[in-house]
Amino acid sequence: MAVLVIADVNGVDLEESTRKTVTAAQAIGGDVDVLVAGSGAQGAAESASKIAGVRTVHHADDAIYANRLAEDFAGLIVAMAEGYDAILATANTTGKNVMPRVAALLDVMQISEIVAVEAPDTFVRPIYAGNAMQTVQSSDAKKVITVRATAFAAAGEDGSAAIEAVGAAPSAGVARFVGEELTQSDRPELAAAKIVVSGGRAVGSTENFEQYIFPLADKLGAAIGASRAAVDAGYLPNDYQVGQTGKVVAPELYIAIGISGAIQHLAGMKDSKVIVAINKDEDAPIFQVADYGLVADLFKATPELIEALS
Amino acid sequence: MKILVPVKRVVDYNVKVRVKSDQTGVDLANVKMSMNPFCEIAVEEAVRLKEAGVATDVVAVSIGPEKAQDQLRQALAMGADRAILVKTEAAPEPLAIAKILKKVADDETPEMIILGKQAIDGDNNQTGQMLAALLGWSQGTFASKVEKADDGLHVTREVDGGLQTVALNLPAIVTTDLRLNEPRYASLPNIMKAKKKPLDVKEADDFGVDLAPRLTVLKVAEPPVREAGVKVESVAELVEKLKNEAGVL
Repeated sequence: MAVLVIADVNGVDLEESTRKTVTAAQAIGGDVDVLVAGSGAQGAAESASKIAGVRTVHHADDAIYANRLAEDFAGLIVAMAEGYDAILATANTTGKNVMPRVAALLDVMQISEIVAVEAPDTFVRPIYAGNAMQTVQSSDAKKVITVRATAFAAAGEDGSAAIEAVGAAPSAGVARFVGEELTQSDRPELAAAKIVVSGGRAVGSTENFEQYIFPLADKLGAAIGASRAAVDAGYLPNDYQVGQTGKVVAPELYIAIGISGAIQHLAGMKDSKVIVAINKDEDAPIFQVADYGLVADLFKATPELIEALS
Repeated sequence: MKILVPVKRVVDYNVKVRVKSDQTGVDLANVKMSMNPFCEIAVEEAVRLKEAGVATDVVAVSIGPEKAQDQLRQALAMGADRAILVKTEAAPEPLAIAKILKKVADDETPEMIILGKQAIDGDNNQTGQMLAALLGWSQGTFASKVEKADDGLHVTREVDGGLQTVALNLPAIVTTDLRLNEPRYASLPNIMKAKKKPLDVKEADDFGVDLAPRLTVLKVAEPPVREAGVKVESVAELVEKLKNEAGVL
């Protein structure tokens, strides 16, 4: 039995989510290998080789993998698939884009966004925006799986796997990268942050986010999140959205400010260790999941909180 | 250019679903059903491309029960030209859906297929990517902007770090994210007109696709319940509790 984990490479660095997906792979059992694909991502391959319990790191270094286009990346994974009983990737926007393409090419029904491994062929995953948990058993000989990384602990970093170079697969030649607008920030990455401060529609504007939410986040060394309503209203860009269709986070501390707590939002943050809610509506559903609730006007309470932390 | 738009009939997004007590699934009896919200965005985008003169024909297709005709009529009322129902009372998995859609695409020869990025029932987020793989087409998933350019289709995608733009050779698959557009409400005259637009009904069994599920659902359970905590009276009390009780500051 052997499992292949697709590494999360951010430019040329390995993301921590890879170590969590390795933990999910280890729960399935057998030898765990990691595929690092990128352009000049030798550092990511070296980081992957240090993940505890990894047998071999396959490193595909080619310009066509620089931007992880699904058409070319899927071709590489399919070319590597022989000899593996399961192929796992983190359920981030790259994994969600690439893995169903891999699954279809292998004639496999993908198991999306698992949160637990019950047996090598049996997995738990959320459906209906997290309102129900489905346990499914796969009859496919080869499993193709995406993993909700926040549901698994990160594997250790005391490994010493061999790194083997693998050649690029032929490019599909049907898509090319044009450009990207990535959010530049000195704050921690939302999905990996220990503390997240999130704002909702009640924050009211981009300026209010800058005046109230950002200083609190910076005081705490926290990442910034937002509800779908705040993102739809244009207060913050899409990559700040926490929720079932945005990012799923599970920090040590999640502070929800002016967020009512739609089920869609709760699905993205309810696994946080400690949840704080500040909302002037005492009946807001967010209070049903909050460890500490403060019924207050956010425009008064947030500056007070910043002051109290100084 | 012809655009094919697959749509799915799902539980209305405002319904709070309940898990059945025997844990075999969620209770869908007498529950309001609607078009999947991401599919509505797909229909809207196709209709806008037609209004902009990029597309000539918009064909909606659904694979589902007889009742999915309601959702196809909605697509027609929003501006699709005709519709196809591939009828099945089974609920095929995304892989089987993608295989049927490939056969529909082989017949219809569209230059673009626009789908929702995921359905809000199964939350699989697979069908569009699988269909692209089976057809050997390019894919622009989680789209927030779609533009026809000289060198194909430019799709701006919502990705973890922000936005990514890709250029796709046609034919291509696009899957929609939330901010691509705001779907219109169908007007009464358009709803009346939609009743006269062609809607072909076909049987899924006639497509020669194996619909047998690959995944067996062993159990559907309630999610773990998170207990509500305490209300604090002041910011000072909140900070005190976070420091001394929760130990997270």
